[in-house]
Amino acid sequence: MSALVENWPALLAGLGTTLLVLVTSAVGALVLGTLVVVARVSPVPVLRAAAFGYVQVLVNVPLLALLLLAVFALPDAGLLAPLTLTAIIVLTVYEAAYVAEALRSGINTVPRGQVEASRALGFTLSQTLRLVVVPQAARAVVQPLGNVLIALLMNTALAATVGVVELTSAVNKVNLVQAEPIPIFGAAGLVYMALALVIGLGAGRIEKRVAIRR
Amino acid sequence: MRQPETAYLYDEPGPRGRRRIRTASVVSLLVLAGLLALMLRQFASRGQLDADRWTPFLSWPIWEYLLVGLRGTLLAAAVVAVLGGALGVLLALGRLSPIRPLRWACTGFIEVFRTLPVLLLIYLMLFGLPAYGINLPVLWKLAVPLTVANSAAIAEIVRAGVLSLPRGQSEAAASLGLRRLQVMRAVVLPQALRAVTPSLVVQLVSLLKDTSLGYVVAFTELLYRAQVLSAYNRLLIQTFLVVTLVYLVVNGALSALASRLRSRGSRKTAAPIAPATPAQPGAPAVEATRA
Repeated sequence: MSALVENWPALLAGLGTTLLVLVTSAVGALVLGTLVVVARVSPVPVLRAAAFGYVQVLVNVPLLALLLLAVFALPDAGLLAPLTLTAIIVLTVYEAAYVAEALRSGINTVPRGQVEASRALGFTLSQTLRLVVVPQAARAVVQPLGNVLIALLMNTALAATVGVVELTSAVNKVNLVQAEPIPIFGAAGLVYMALALVIGLGAGRIEKRVAIRR
Repeated sequence: MRQPETAYLYDEPGPRGRRRIRTASVVSLLVLAGLLALMLRQFASRGQLDADRWTPFLSWPIWEYLLVGLRGTLLAAAVVAVLGGALGVLLALGRLSPIRPLRWACTGFIEVFRTLPVLLLIYLMLFGLPAYGINLPVLWKLAVPLTVANSAAIAEIVRAGVLSLPRGQSEAAASLGLRRLQVMRAVVLPQALRAVTPSLVVQLVSLLKDTSLGYVVAFTELLYRAQVLSAYNRLLIQTFLVVTLVYLVVNGALSALASRLRSRGSRKTAAPIAPATPAQPGAPAVEATRA
């Protein structure tokens, strides 16, 4: 226990980095993922193909490989950003694919008849999406998006492997000095679980608030 | 031109619409090509596109070296898939069990390991447990944390499949005089597992990606070999891009299998969990959204 008390500044700084990475890349992934899904359902074949390719590549490649590529290899091509920023960008790009998939499955939950009805009423594509599809899809998408964010939280730990001192890395460093793995790793585990719980409960509340009562 | 699956969102475009789509196509093509050109120019300006930096990857010894890594990746993935799959089914049954302590224990296990970063478990395995005299061979340092984490995810998939089955199935089996475990084994599980097969294959992709953490434990898998190789030949960009491509091919094949199974499943059976239909109220989503 004392190991935790003595090292609280380092652990708190690690937690701060985890939260910074989590929040920034969550916002980035939500924005980028929305753009990708808009391209994916657009009538423009080039955009559709590009969005499809984007999702396929990122869903099938390990995040760790992308992190290593960005942090260790791309500087050889003159592409060098601060370490934490690089990790945030990679996480954003990676999770955006999952956000796009979640949003697309949300669009798929809106029955075809709804869209066909609005088309029959003479709505344009943007009206159909804005007034009919998105309001209904948004409700179906809250929980899956919450799951994506929880996965993002777990994936922020991977930034430790390239040298970002976030919670997992900070905890590991403290343990290497103090050698009390059970309380130290246990505490970190509880923090991750608490954060995941916050995300899950938040998603649940939002879902309940936007639910349509029939 | 192939009809997109979301074609029902818009009317068949008229002449003006077609013109607009054509303009948008050209513009977006130009933008994408411009981005690609910028990137290639950046790469070329540092000599990263020179032929002598890429030709080594045409030689067999380099591929042989990487393929040994791929074998390690597949081995680890197979071990984790078998153990995690078995444990996952048991956990799902436990969570659905009428025996309260068992249900609580399984629920707790699943909820804990669904939200812990695998890397934390791996660090615990690498740097924590040796202090207590637990020091496993390197394959198991990777496989045990991955099995624990993936079994929790698989348990949730299987549970969703079991819950999605109409109650009448287990009630009918029970009325035939089968005991609870017999009902599960003979009636419920076979149908539930078939229904969630696509989600399980998606989980297999995620699991295969997770084996890249072998890089951290120094287990000989693809990414670790790439790291060693790039430290030796100094071709960092090329090596990592090639390895990324290998992952893409292997996982792309699995993902294609998953979506084929999915479309076949939704065509053949009236299974209630075809992904395109809205989820039943109260039932957890079957779609595994996990990486």
